[in-house]
Amino acid sequence: MNQVGTESKTSKENGIIMNEISTSGITAVAERSLGLETRGLHAWFGSHHVLSDINLQFPERSVTGLIGPSGCGKSTFLRMLNRMHEFIPSAAMAGEVLMNGSDIYSPDVDAAAMRLKVGMVFQKPNPFPAMTIKENVLAGIKLANLKVSNHDEIVEKCLSRAGLWKEVKDRLDASGGSLSGGQQQRLCIARSLAVEPTILLMDEPCSALDPGSTLRIEETIHELAEKITVVIVTHNMQQASRVSNYCAFFLSDGGPGVLVEADATRKMFTNPTDTRTADYVQGKFG
Amino acid sequence: MSTTSDLAIHVVDATPTQPWHKPRVEQRRDALVYLALAVVAYAIVMVSGVAGPDGFALVFFIEVLLLTIFRSRGIGKAKSTNAIVSTVIGAGAVVAFAPWMSIFFSLITKGFQGLYFGFLVRDMRVTTPDDELNMGGIGHAIIGSMLMVLIATIITLPLGILSGVYLTEVRGRLTRVVRFVIQSMSGVPSIVAGLFIYTTVISVTGSFSGFAGALALSVLMLPTVARTAEEVLKLVPEDLRAASYALGARQWRSSLMVVLPTVRSGLTTAAILGVARVVGETAPLILTALSNNAFKFNPFDGPIASMPMYVFGMLQIGTEYSLNRAWSGSLVLMLIVLALFVTARRLGGKDKR
Repeated sequence: MNQVGTESKTSKENGIIMNEISTSGITAVAERSLGLETRGLHAWFGSHHVLSDINLQFPERSVTGLIGPSGCGKSTFLRMLNRMHEFIPSAAMAGEVLMNGSDIYSPDVDAAAMRLKVGMVFQKPNPFPAMTIKENVLAGIKLANLKVSNHDEIVEKCLSRAGLWKEVKDRLDASGGSLSGGQQQRLCIARSLAVEPTILLMDEPCSALDPGSTLRIEETIHELAEKITVVIVTHNMQQASRVSNYCAFFLSDGGPGVLVEADATRKMFTNPTDTRTADYVQGKFG
Repeated sequence: MSTTSDLAIHVVDATPTQPWHKPRVEQRRDALVYLALAVVAYAIVMVSGVAGPDGFALVFFIEVLLLTIFRSRGIGKAKSTNAIVSTVIGAGAVVAFAPWMSIFFSLITKGFQGLYFGFLVRDMRVTTPDDELNMGGIGHAIIGSMLMVLIATIITLPLGILSGVYLTEVRGRLTRVVRFVIQSMSGVPSIVAGLFIYTTVISVTGSFSGFAGALALSVLMLPTVARTAEEVLKLVPEDLRAASYALGARQWRSSLMVVLPTVRSGLTTAAILGVARVVGETAPLILTALSNNAFKFNPFDGPIASMPMYVFGMLQIGTEYSLNRAWSGSLVLMLIVLALFVTARRLGGKDKR
């Protein structure tokens, strides 16, 4: 993806395109199936303009952290990437979200089929209470009515990838609600992996968890990023620096949230271009 | 009572107390005071024009209130108001509870003598209402009621759950209309429900039947089931719906596989509350199912017996034994309703994990 350098020059008036660090090598993979990009994305709730002109390209097979103070619109932005935004009755939007080059908001797109490709993990663990651990993992397959035969294999694979297999392999028929908070969150990650998404969106997945569970989930995210594109919203600067390869900093000055800067995480934390980014990552506000 | 351990150097023995409760001595003194007040109240009822248990309760209440006011002098406005209002609220609770207890005890005392095992399994085909109480029974009425309630449940449960799903999940354009219709349906007098089925079904088929009775009961049962189902579905956290949509589920699959199973026990409660609502209904059955003295298992074959109609019929005859039978029938009916409510609460309680 050598064209990124030239692209950033040509599109400066539109916004910010991520600069690559030459050492990473992760985004050198040419496969386009994991591609995700937003162009001129705006969001409203009623007449309240919450996001303005977000242009962001997510590097494939890596973790992009969305950071910024509360109310800057990063969760809204995340929910626009899989069309969960539209479940809020007063919501409106403008712009494009390109998945593999095609706009997911175009009228001929089947939103449910699209969401199958984009997994989501929520802030609060939300396993389905009426289902067992095993049924929870397979819930996506059942809900989307996919024809899959090797159920046991999928359950083991997904729970292993979410780092939960060893803890629950002897009680797969227990209720999902019987697990601890951290285990429930990993169960939710396993559930979202079972339908084999190519993109995984995580909305502050560790905000309700203890340090041990947080560490376990961060390891999981690292492993996932070898195969899929991960976008994670986080309030925790240490977590952003630990877990993400790239960071995008959102900020709102009372008006709609804007994308201030997006770059490799290392650069964002050591030598950011914008002084507001420097102030935020050093904890001077927010 | 030594709890000395090696760790402790100086241990002062202590006895457990509950300083937030009144001391025993004071509790005993209070009990004696209230007993004395009761005796005084009884004396007043004996000598004055105030009479009966109601009069006694009234005099006793006034005495306790006066005592409370007298005692609460000089302990501060907040405390005295608290004491007086507590007394009034306690009296209110007794007033609300008394009729229920009264019904319960008169049913048990009067209905008990007509009860024997055969009462639950025999019918009144060869027994007349005036026969000895060890003959005949309400077996046929229990079967008739069960048949009609079962049919009504089969009709209303899917309808009620569907309308609950429409109001909470689909939230379509007709949400307000549907909610309004359900609310007005729950205000329909039961005799009107009977009349409705009489004009639409009986006048067409030309015959009373258990099925027509079940239809009339359905009209009354539907709003209860639908409203309970709606309330229960409202309790499903929005998180779960979001999670299922994020997994690529379409709305109907999300409702069917995630939302409804989550409230399975709540929906069971909705069904049982609906059953309890209609199992004692008499008015709609007068115009639809009528009554019968014999066992009948076919709900499409003419008039059929039911428990409330059995009680109604026995009351109308008005002889000593028939009245006994009416009381016993009421007792059985109430015990069945009681059992239903207990089951509903048990199942409903399981929702809280």
